[in-house]
Amino acid sequence: MSLDSKVPQGPIKDKWTDYKNHIDLVNPANKRNIDVIVVGTGLAGGSAAATLAELGYNVKAFCFQDSPRRAHSIAAQGGINAAKNYQGDGDSTYRLFYDTVKGGDYRSREANVYRLAEVSANIIDQCVAQGVPFAREYGGLLDNRSFGGVLVSRTFYAAGQTGQQLLLGAYSAMNRQIGRGKIKMYNRHEMLDVVKVDGKARGIITRNLITGEVERHSAHAVVLGTGGYGNVFFLSTNAMGSNVTAGWKAHKKGAYFANPCYTQIHPTCIPVSGDHQSKLTLMSESLRNDGRIWVPKHMKDVEAIKSGALKPRELAEDDRDYYLERRYPAFGNLVPRDVASRAAKERCDAGFGVNATGEAVFLDFASAIQRYGKETAHVKGLDENDAALVKKLGQEVIKNKYGNLFQMYEKIVDQDPYNTPMMIYPAVHYTMGGVWVDYNLMTTVPGLYCIGEANFSDHGANRLGASALMQGLADGYFVLPYTIGDYLSHDIRTGPISTDSKEFEEAENDVRKQLEFFVTNKGSHSVDYFHKKLGKIMWNKVGMSRNVKGLTEAIAEIKALREEFWKEVKVPGTNEEYNEELAKAGRVADFLELGELFAKDALNREESCGGHFREDAVELDGEQKGEAKRNDEDFAYVSAWEYKGEPSDAVLHKEELEFKDIELKQRSYK
Amino acid sequence: MDMNLTLKIWRQKNASDKGSMVDYKVSDISPDMSFLEMLDVLNEQLINNDEEPVAFDHDCREGICGMCSLYINGEAHGPDRGVTTCQLHMRMFKDGDTITIEPFRATAFPVVKDLIVDRSSFDRIQHAGGFISVNTSGNTIDANATPINKEDADDAFSAATCIGCGACVASCKNSSAMLFVGAKVSQFALLPQGKIEATDRVLNMVKQMDDEGFGNCTNTGACEVECPKGISLENIARMNREYLAASLKG
Repeated sequence: MSLDSKVPQGPIKDKWTDYKNHIDLVNPANKRNIDVIVVGTGLAGGSAAATLAELGYNVKAFCFQDSPRRAHSIAAQGGINAAKNYQGDGDSTYRLFYDTVKGGDYRSREANVYRLAEVSANIIDQCVAQGVPFAREYGGLLDNRSFGGVLVSRTFYAAGQTGQQLLLGAYSAMNRQIGRGKIKMYNRHEMLDVVKVDGKARGIITRNLITGEVERHSAHAVVLGTGGYGNVFFLSTNAMGSNVTAGWKAHKKGAYFANPCYTQIHPTCIPVSGDHQSKLTLMSESLRNDGRIWVPKHMKDVEAIKSGALKPRELAEDDRDYYLERRYPAFGNLVPRDVASRAAKERCDAGFGVNATGEAVFLDFASAIQRYGKETAHVKGLDENDAALVKKLGQEVIKNKYGNLFQMYEKIVDQDPYNTPMMIYPAVHYTMGGVWVDYNLMTTVPGLYCIGEANFSDHGANRLGASALMQGLADGYFVLPYTIGDYLSHDIRTGPISTDSKEFEEAENDVRKQLEFFVTNKGSHSVDYFHKKLGKIMWNKVGMSRNVKGLTEAIAEIKALREEFWKEVKVPGTNEEYNEELAKAGRVADFLELGELFAKDALNREESCGGHFREDAVELDGEQKGEAKRNDEDFAYVSAWEYKGEPSDAVLHKEELEFKDIELKQRSYK
Repeated sequence: MDMNLTLKIWRQKNASDKGSMVDYKVSDISPDMSFLEMLDVLNEQLINNDEEPVAFDHDCREGICGMCSLYINGEAHGPDRGVTTCQLHMRMFKDGDTITIEPFRATAFPVVKDLIVDRSSFDRIQHAGGFISVNTSGNTIDANATPINKEDADDAFSAATCIGCGACVASCKNSSAMLFVGAKVSQFALLPQGKIEATDRVLNMVKQMDDEGFGNCTNTGACEVECPKGISLENIARMNREYLAASLKG
C-alpha cells in the first residue's frame, strides 16, 4: 500500500477552510444512527468524545483509570500555546507554524502544522467559555509566558497545573454529554484489540479491569486517543499505566507505526535517586524562564560539592559554567528541549555532574530572586540595597509563579529550592512518533483514527514546550469532528454493527488466549523484572545519544528479552478479578515488541534530527561544530512501518516530506 | 538509613468479601522511596513468594491525577501535609515502625478489592451539573472579551485544583462530600461564565450528592486539614450561600 497523506491542494493558508467547505456532512437525524468508539479520555480523547456527542453521534468512551478525569494529560504543567498575539510581540499563525516546524527539526508535515496553528487561538476562546481559570493580569485579561525555542510570549497557563485545568474542562464537556446520555462511559476498561470487518475498523475488544470480563464493542468508527509510549523506557514522566497497547494492537491490525525513534527527553526532571525508583517527575520547562542552568567550571569544585564540603551557593560566579548561555547566547536557557538535554548530558559525561551519581546539573533561581526582589522593592519604595529584604521579596514573586513546583521538588528531594539550586537531569517525557495518520487523522486502517500524542503528525522530531496540550485539544475539539464526518457520511445506511460476527469472535478468542497464557504460565520473574530490564536497554542504547553498535546490540538484546519474557513471566491470580499484574503483563508484552522496532527505526535513520541524535551525524567544524547534523537529502521523510510479524520483519514505507512554505535550514539557536 | 517496617494492611478479595487486616514485614526501605514505591517492594516480595500482591490505586505518581488514596495510620494520604500518598516519602517514618494501611472508607465509596474503592459517585455528581453548557464548536467570543478580576480568577483556580481523590470524604466522620462539591460549585460561581446556570447547578449537584449517600457537613474542618491540595473550607460556605439563594429562587 502506498502512503497518501491526503493533504488538500491549494495555498497552505486556505487548505483547511477549503477542505471544510467541500467535505460531505452527515445530517443530524443520521448522526443519531451512528456509533463512534473513543479510546482514552485525555485532552485528545476527552475533547473528541464530548464534541462528537454534541454533534449527535452515539459515543462510547473508554479509559483504564477509575474516571476520565485521571488521564495523564492532567499532569501537564507549564502551558498551552496559541497564536493570539495578545502581547503584541509579533506573534501570528504563520509564526507559530514556523516555530513548530523549525522546533520539530523539519520532520513534520507542513499542512498539519499549519492547521494546528490556525485553530490554536480558538482553543483559548473555547476553554475560557468552559470556565477554565487561566492566569490573568491585574487588568483582568489573560497572562502569557515564554517557552523554549521561541522568541514570543504565546503560552497561556494556569500556574503549574495547566494540563489539569484543561483536562477538567474537557471532562466537564464530557460530563454534560454523559448526563444527556450521549456518551456512554466505560471506566476501568482496557482496550485489548481492534476489530476489523471487511477491512474497516468496526469495534474493539476490552477487558473490564474490575471483573476481568472480556467484552465486544462495535461502532462505525474507532478513535484512539491513547497517549504516548514513553514507558517503554520503564522510567519516564508518564503515569504508571500509560502504555502503547491500543496503538500497538492497531499496528498489528494494519495501521502503520511512524517514527518510533522520535522521543523527547525532557531536560528538567528530578534526577533518579535509586533502584527503587518507579517514575520520574518533571519540573516544568516554564522554570527556564527564570532559572539558570549551570555546573562548576572546575573539577575540584565538582568534587567539593559532591562531598558536601562546598555548598553550591558559595561557589563564585566566575567558577560556574552557565553552559547553555555560553553555547547558545541567542536563546540561552530557553533553547528547545532536545538541545538542552544533550547539553546536560555532554557536561555530565565529561564528569561535571553535581550529585552522587554524576547525573545532575543545577537549575538556579538566585539571580531571578535578586532581580524580582529589587524590582518589587523599587515599586514599593523600599530599600533596594537591603539584601535580606530583596531576597524575601524575590522569593515571594517566585513562589507566586512556581509555588506548586517548588513544593513538589522539596517533598521529593527534601531540599529547599528557594535557598539552594534545584538539581535536574533529562528524562523521557513525550513521544513524537506514533501511529501514522493522514491529513484526516485516519490511520492506514479505514475508519480507525488516531489523535493527540498517540499519532505522529505535528511535532516532527522534537516537540516544543506547551504544544502537546494545543495538539490534543485541536485534534479533539476542532479537527477530528470534521474529518470523521466526511468518512461517516458513507455509513448512514449501514445500520448497527453486529458483534456476532466471526471477526469479533476471532479477536475475542485471541485476547482470551493471551490472558489465559499469562495466568497459567507460572514463570520465575515478575512483569516489572522484564519491564525494568527493557528500560535499561532502551535508556543505555536507544536513549539521548545513539550509535550503530549500541542500536544493533539493543535490537538483539530486546529480542532475547522478549523470548525470555514469554517463557518466564509470572502473573499471580486469575483472569476473573481485579488483577493489575495481568494488565501490566499485556502492556509490557507490547512494549517488548515496540522497543525493538524503535531501535530498528533509530538504526535506519542515519542522521541526527530533533530528539534523535546519532553520534555519527554531527557537524565537524565551523560555528556549529559538535551540533546535530540533519540529512535532508536522504532523510526528509516519515518512516512508516508496516507490521509483518516479528519487529525485525517490519517493512518501511516512506512519506516524503515537502516543504513549500518554509525553507529547510539548519536549526540554529546560537 | 534503611528501615525495617511492619505493615498492617486491609485485604479484601472483592466487594462481597468480608475482609481483614493482615501483617507483613518489609526490610531495607530507603527513606528516599515514596510510600507507593515501598508498597511496590512489598508486592514484588509477595509475587516472588507466590502470594497475591496488594491491590491499590495509583497512576501519575506525582500528586495530580487523584487516583491514589490510602488511609495511613488513621489519616487520608498519611502523616505529611499537602501531599497525596504517592508524594509521601518514607523519610516520614522510622526504622521499626508499624504502619496501618486501610482503604478510604465511606458508604458512597464501596471497596472494590484490598485498598481500592469505587469513587464513581464523584463522577455522577459532576454529571449532574459540573459543567458550563457551552458547545465545543470554538465559535465563542474572544477569550479576552470578558475581563475577569484577578482575585476572582485566582480563587476560581484555587477551587479548581481539587483532584477528586476523596480524602475529604474519608477524613470526615459523616463521610460528607461538601468540600469536593463546594470546590466545583465555587469555581463556576466565581466566574461570569458560570453564573448563568448557577441556580440549577448547585441544586442538581447537591441533590446528587445526597442521593449517593454522602453525609452532612458539621463543620469539623477535618476535610480541609487532610486535603492534599489545600482546598479551603470557604468553598463550603460559598456553596451554602449559593444553595440558599438557589432554594429561595426555586
